Amino acid sequence: MSVLIERIVVNMKSDHQIIANIINEGAHVLDLGCGNGELLAFLMQQKSALVQGIELDENQMHQCVERGLTVLQGDIESGLVDYPDKSFDFVILNQIMQQIKKADFVIQESLRVGKRVIVGFPNFAHIKPRFTLVFRGKTPINEALPYYWFETPNIRFLTISDFIDYCEKKEIKIEQQYYLGKSNPIHFMPNLFAQNALFVITRK
Amino acid sequence: MKIDSVGVVTPQYFTFAEPPDTLQLNSGRRLGPITLAYEAYGKLNAKKTNAILVCHALSGDAHAAGFHERDTSAGWWDDMIGPGKALDTNLYYVICANVIGGCKGSTGPSSINPETGKPYALDFPMITIADMVEAERHLIDFFGIEKLLCVIGGSMGGMQALQWASAYPERIIAAIPIATALKHSPQQIAFDEVIRQSIMADPAWRGGYYYEHGQPEKGLAVARMIGHITFMSDQSMEEKFSRKLKNDNLSFQFIDDFEVEGYLRYRGYNFVKRFDANSYLYITKAMDYFDLSGEKFMPAVKKTAVRFLVISFKSDWLYPTHQSQEIVRLLKRKHAYTTYFDLISTYGHDAFLIEIEDETRLIKNFLANVSPD
Repeated sequence: MSVLIERIVVNMKSDHQIIANIINEGAHVLDLGCGNGELLAFLMQQKSALVQGIELDENQMHQCVERGLTVLQGDIESGLVDYPDKSFDFVILNQIMQQIKKADFVIQESLRVGKRVIVGFPNFAHIKPRFTLVFRGKTPINEALPYYWFETPNIRFLTISDFIDYCEKKEIKIEQQYYLGKSNPIHFMPNLFAQNALFVITRK
Repeated sequence: MKIDSVGVVTPQYFTFAEPPDTLQLNSGRRLGPITLAYEAYGKLNAKKTNAILVCHALSGDAHAAGFHERDTSAGWWDDMIGPGKALDTNLYYVICANVIGGCKGSTGPSSINPETGKPYALDFPMITIADMVEAERHLIDFFGIEKLLCVIGGSMGGMQALQWASAYPERIIAAIPIATALKHSPQQIAFDEVIRQSIMADPAWRGGYYYEHGQPEKGLAVARMIGHITFMSDQSMEEKFSRKLKNDNLSFQFIDDFEVEGYLRYRGYNFVKRFDANSYLYITKAMDYFDLSGEKFMPAVKKTAVRFLVISFKSDWLYPTHQSQEIVRLLKRKHAYTTYFDLISTYGHDAFLIEIEDETRLIKNFLANVSPD
């Protein structure tokens, strides 16, 4: 593995705070699958970011508009196509990677539309899901993966190692990475001990 | 009178383009003088930064809210305009003008041609959506409003909102096109052509010069019936009429057995009393000519600061969702910050006049974050 992993000390409470720290003041930000807009509202408030959300769920979208966000109804796969290259400083794919069908296409499109892409996902190789699967023989359920098999919206599972391999294969540059435990950053063997991962990636 | 009503309103008239400074139209012809009938609700603030222009649809008029003296029926969007409503007249100054080519006080084919002293009839020049917006722009200039806070409208009103954004992006802060399109599709043109043919096939139309004899009532009524079918949805018609009969038994005659037939006849013949047949021809043609697709939209603008709220309705088959999505796609290319909702409704195209709760929630919250600076 040739990707140089530069461990960054993090001491924030949540991935939202980390993302707020990553983006610059007044940045143009697109959040794919923005949900009820909690993150975007936070970025608008903390960093005066100019924000655009894309979401499918009408109720969540209403909440976005109530928060003063611009949000458009669309699915993640087709949401980026019409934006010109480098339209946004950051495209955020937070906690949606496990739910999208054409993950590679969406990442590539995000890298085209955004100068940088922030990808956040639950790490399936975390010790707890590993343990659950191997020793209890059950589909893992935890804070990062809180669903039973019969109701989960997740269609894929990926690990920190998987994502790093992917970036290497697709010649994507990993600029920053953050590994998060339940409440604290993880520095030692993240693929085993991090529940969530957050990467800042860009085209090489 | 309800507390949330703007109350009794009086139509106003603004005349411009007096010869020789007549208005240059898209067709190459000129028109003037032009009178616009308009109404305004709320108070224009000192800096003139709180004005919202409401644009009406095909058969609409300037009477968008409140009541006329001695009249019991409210304006066509009264549910949306008033104190505390979506377009809150405690906050905004809301203006609505009848389009040129119309027949509700603005200059149109039924107006007197100053050169002949008779109604223009078909001597009236063909007008376009851009011409309508140009006339509205003169009205906004007359008010001394440099920048409109928002231009909003449904259907043909939405076309005007798009036209405003395209022609005068520097003069609006936000635009709300509802249940509309960047261009009429062949299906939409086809419906309009059948509508026009039904008017023109009536011998009473007399080549358009019918004003001394009265309206081509039968043709215009049929035209409006066609319109009403396209405004509803399969589901809303099922819910409203099903196969209910007007009387208990089938008549076995060519009369209106079914409630839906009665409804269409009632709507058709009522329309004849309030709308000029030639205006229907001119305005449907203006909608058919409308095309802001591709490079024609905001031609000089690479990146726009205009904020958009685009709304479509899932059961609207006259202006289907994909046409609004096309607007959104174009806005993405212009880097526009856009809010887009495809609202759930069973009312078809009529939804923009009926789905008040959802529209109010959305528009109110959207406007709350649109500021003049």
